[in-house]
Amino acid sequence: MKVTEKDVTYVADLANLELSDDERSRMVRDLNSILGHVDTLSELDTKDVPPMAQVSDRYGVDESKQGSERFAYASREDVHEGLRKSFKREVALANAPESDGTFFKVPKVIER
Amino acid sequence: MDIADLTIDSARSSVKERKTSAVALAESFYAKIASDDPEIGAYLTLSKERAMSKAAEIDRLEEKGEKLPPLAGVPVGIKDVLITKGIRTTAGSKILGNYVPPYDCTAVARLEAAGAVMLGKLNCDEFAMGSSNENSAWKPVHNPRDLSRVPGGSSGGSAASVAADMAVIALGSDTGGSIRQPASFCGVVGLKPTYGRVSRYGLIAFASSLDHIGPLTKTVKDAATVLRTIAGRDPMDSTSAELPVPDYVAELDQPVKGMKVGVAKEYLGEGLDAEVRSAIEAAIQKLANLGCEIVDVSLPHTKYAIPAYYLVATAEASSNLARFDGVRYGYRAENVRSLSDMYRRSRNQGFGTEVKRRIMLGTYALSAGYYDAYYLKAQRVRTLLTRDFEEAFRKVDAIVAPTCPTAAFKLGEKVDDPLAMYLADIYTVTANLAGIPGISIPVGQTKEKLPIGMQIFGKHFAEATILRFAHAYETAA
Repeated sequence: MKVTEKDVTYVADLANLELSDDERSRMVRDLNSILGHVDTLSELDTKDVPPMAQVSDRYGVDESKQGSERFAYASREDVHEGLRKSFKREVALANAPESDGTFFKVPKVIER
Repeated sequence: MDIADLTIDSARSSVKERKTSAVALAESFYAKIASDDPEIGAYLTLSKERAMSKAAEIDRLEEKGEKLPPLAGVPVGIKDVLITKGIRTTAGSKILGNYVPPYDCTAVARLEAAGAVMLGKLNCDEFAMGSSNENSAWKPVHNPRDLSRVPGGSSGGSAASVAADMAVIALGSDTGGSIRQPASFCGVVGLKPTYGRVSRYGLIAFASSLDHIGPLTKTVKDAATVLRTIAGRDPMDSTSAELPVPDYVAELDQPVKGMKVGVAKEYLGEGLDAEVRSAIEAAIQKLANLGCEIVDVSLPHTKYAIPAYYLVATAEASSNLARFDGVRYGYRAENVRSLSDMYRRSRNQGFGTEVKRRIMLGTYALSAGYYDAYYLKAQRVRTLLTRDFEEAFRKVDAIVAPTCPTAAFKLGEKVDDPLAMYLADIYTVTANLAGIPGISIPVGQTKEKLPIGMQIFGKHFAEATILRFAHAYETAA
């Protein structure tokens, strides 16, 4: 598989990145170099191997329990301000690039 | 007060025995940072007000004759991916250049509750993505053992601060080797615990199924003390394990005689520097002299670890980093035409080259048409790599391996070749994919006096065992 400039433009669009022309051509080169190495994975026959997304369902849990029962300890009451009090509004807005004191402000979303 | 080679115990007892005060100790470390850090570059932000207030609190306890907590007055540095309330936290990125978090990371809160004094925030590769610390948006870190060389990454500031006596201990994070590799390059101890052992609450996420928090220290005992302090269930991280925390320090002196140490040929093959190889072989011999039985094991899928890792890690990163959009916090581009234009320009101007590269790779691996061939394939290989360890640990109590194929390389040497940089992680990434604990300890140096590190891997949640091996090695004549 060979990544083209068109692929890079498409993927950058998916990732909400706007690459410059220089960045785009460098990205084509770098992704092809990395994916060339990644292609060694195709040497392995994995059709009967289950995928593994995470380790915490396999280790450090009570193996006599099944499925979500294993993680009963991780659930909590579904209550407002259960584990931690909500931030006050001014704290939640303190890092915002732009706000009106009540809401986060963003550029106009719908053009008329 | 001479602060060279201070450990948790010696720092704490110097306060307890009133050879110094916690305030004076912190002052000494700030003086050392002021004189030495300009040429090393380990710190990004100093938190002097918070440190002095914490130190004064310890001194008041001592004056009142109250029992001092286990890390009383111990000056610590914190990697800048761990968020700290009221103290600027950037993750080494311009996109978080002005970010002041509203709450504390659990690991930091637990260290402070145990009496530690946080000196400041430590430099790292941007969003912990890198193996040399050269991806920091702010400045590179120089290896204190040789300023022309990298300290390793991504926790380069953490390793350098401990090696240069600018902190007694530091916290780092390890997604593919980012604690162990810089520990190896700087000649200190670095511990990546089991996945789930330490809460990740307040760690700025890179790859959530691979991210770990752990200590960088001068001694194995200090690593055990820090782990005992920060480990354990945290309701704020649903992946933190509901398991009791052993007293790692009390178990350090248990004998290792008769225990089985595995050596995997896949970690001693092509690409391993000759000097590193001979240091590792000598270290294995030393373990044999301590009465350990050395057993050959095989981890046959090791060569597939790097490709599997860089697909899983970047896929998760592309998702985690989607939150940086210039709305609620972080950098926002100016003069934008629309909301979508704002997202794109803010992200493009705020992220550095390596972060964009990984977001692109991860997005590509997850995109329609490539998901099965890349992401799903990598997840299946992750199972094979984990089974390799499960199989090997049926025969042995621990497995030893080099931490890195070489000693610290020169600044600039690999910056233009991302694949060469990724291959520096070849011996460390598998422990993250499998979630097993690993510790890197110094086992000698090259002819150029550059430190060499050896890893000891254990079964899931067997930190006590690997700490015991590491301690036995460190204290043996």
